[in-house]
Amino acid sequence: MCLAVPGRVLDLSGDDPLTRVGRVDFGGVVQEINLAFAPEADVGDYVLVHVGFAIAVIDEVEAGRIFAHLDEIGELAEFAGPLGAQP
Amino acid sequence: MKFRDEYRDGAAARRLADAIAHTVTRPWTLMEVCGGQTHAIVRFGIDVLLPSDITLAHGPGCPVCVTPVEYVDKAIEIAEREGVILCSFGDMLRVPGADGDLFAAKSRGADVRVVYSPLDAVVIARGNPSRQVVFFAVGFETTAPANAMAAVQARREGMTNFSMLVSHVLVPPAMRAVLEGPGNRVQGFLAAGHVCTIMGLAEYQPIAARYGVPIVATGFEPLDILEGVYLCIRQLEAGRAEVENQYARAVSPGGNRAAQALMAEVFRVIPRRWRGMGDIADSGLGLAGAYSDFDAERRFGAVDAGDDALGECISGQVLRGERKPPDCSAFGVRCTPERPMGVTMVSSEGACAAYFRYRGVTAAVGGGG
Ligand code: SF4
Repeated sequence: MCLAVPGRVLDLSGDDPLTRVGRVDFGGVVQEINLAFAPEADVGDYVLVHVGFAIAVIDEVEAGRIFAHLDEIGELAEFAGPLGAQP
Repeated sequence: MKFRDEYRDGAAARRLADAIAHTVTRPWTLMEVCGGQTHAIVRFGIDVLLPSDITLAHGPGCPVCVTPVEYVDKAIEIAEREGVILCSFGDMLRVPGADGDLFAAKSRGADVRVVYSPLDAVVIARGNPSRQVVFFAVGFETTAPANAMAAVQARREGMTNFSMLVSHVLVPPAMRAVLEGPGNRVQGFLAAGHVCTIMGLAEYQPIAARYGVPIVATGFEPLDILEGVYLCIRQLEAGRAEVENQYARAVSPGGNRAAQALMAEVFRVIPRRWRGMGDIADSGLGLAGAYSDFDAERRFGAVDAGDDALGECISGQVLRGERKPPDCSAFGVRCTPERPMGVTMVSSEGACAAYFRYRGVTAAVGGGG
């Protein structure tokens, strides 16, 4: 039940930090989401949403890191002997 | 969907699986803590992709599964009172109490409503001033800030017809309990990513150091889980036991400060009983003094916790990662998602339900959904 879904912030409204909301697009389905726990969220950001609340702004640089890591692993695997190399 | 589909790429998954196979030299048992991860592992067949030396033990990470039966019974009792509206997350409706579930209470006429967000319960209370609205607040650290916000908003508005039946649990104490269990086999953890999104990583350093286990904060998609396994195995093979962050796109070391602040305002740490695991010190949240007016147990009487009578059901051992669902003699025979005997068969994130649903029809990694 800790499921959280990524969506893109379309717009923001409200000044009260506890009730500030954004309309968030989840691949075509748009919902109003509370942004109290993501005060830094801005239009265009991707947020991770759990039970109606954004709990994080997704870090786009970190999001790509796994693929860079994969390339590294790929190169090392080519040199790996039958027992494997310690990457 | 961006930030989801790219982490389900089958070719990349196989590369990670190869890297794991190249790294591993002897048997290791890892535990994924969160039920959402268990669900993904079984659904995408990630355990099948891994070398046979690696065992994934499924952890206690489903708040629905570990909510004590007495809380379910209390929720039913409250729901059946005159003038009450009981609001709950959908997963809780089918959890069996001592005598039936919330769904049955609803079909007997009790006003039980499924909410998506705890704030929906506050809206229902606002719209029904002559009724008592009770929100069944369950969850891990991931959900606690949202549930805290419901209490904050109700208090701000001075509501007298809103309260919460709180059965919140905390993850790190349960990890300690698993490690201290006499039957423990777990040598490394994939920590629950969204719990870490809220709480950060600081709580895990002492656990890694004391028990000598690597702990890798891990996400929920197939590539996340495979990379989490890879990082964990790499540590184990090198004799390291450190805290690492696989899920940095959503987890910062300090966690979500705004969420932590609200949790600290509304809740306090208390001992909790976990269904199937028994009493665990400092493993739960109850309402703090300033919010005790919103405590449903004050309004409707306290929950008295008895002992779990599980009979044939081995869900306690399943929750501790000691045994797997097919080890249970009732699995798929006397116990199915339609007629669950134990909680791990109820929630879609329970290990028994995931095995029942996906095993034998092993979905390929990279499959849709
Ligand atoms: S299959 Fe059913 S009876 Fe067996 S452990 Fe799982 S929940 Fe309990």
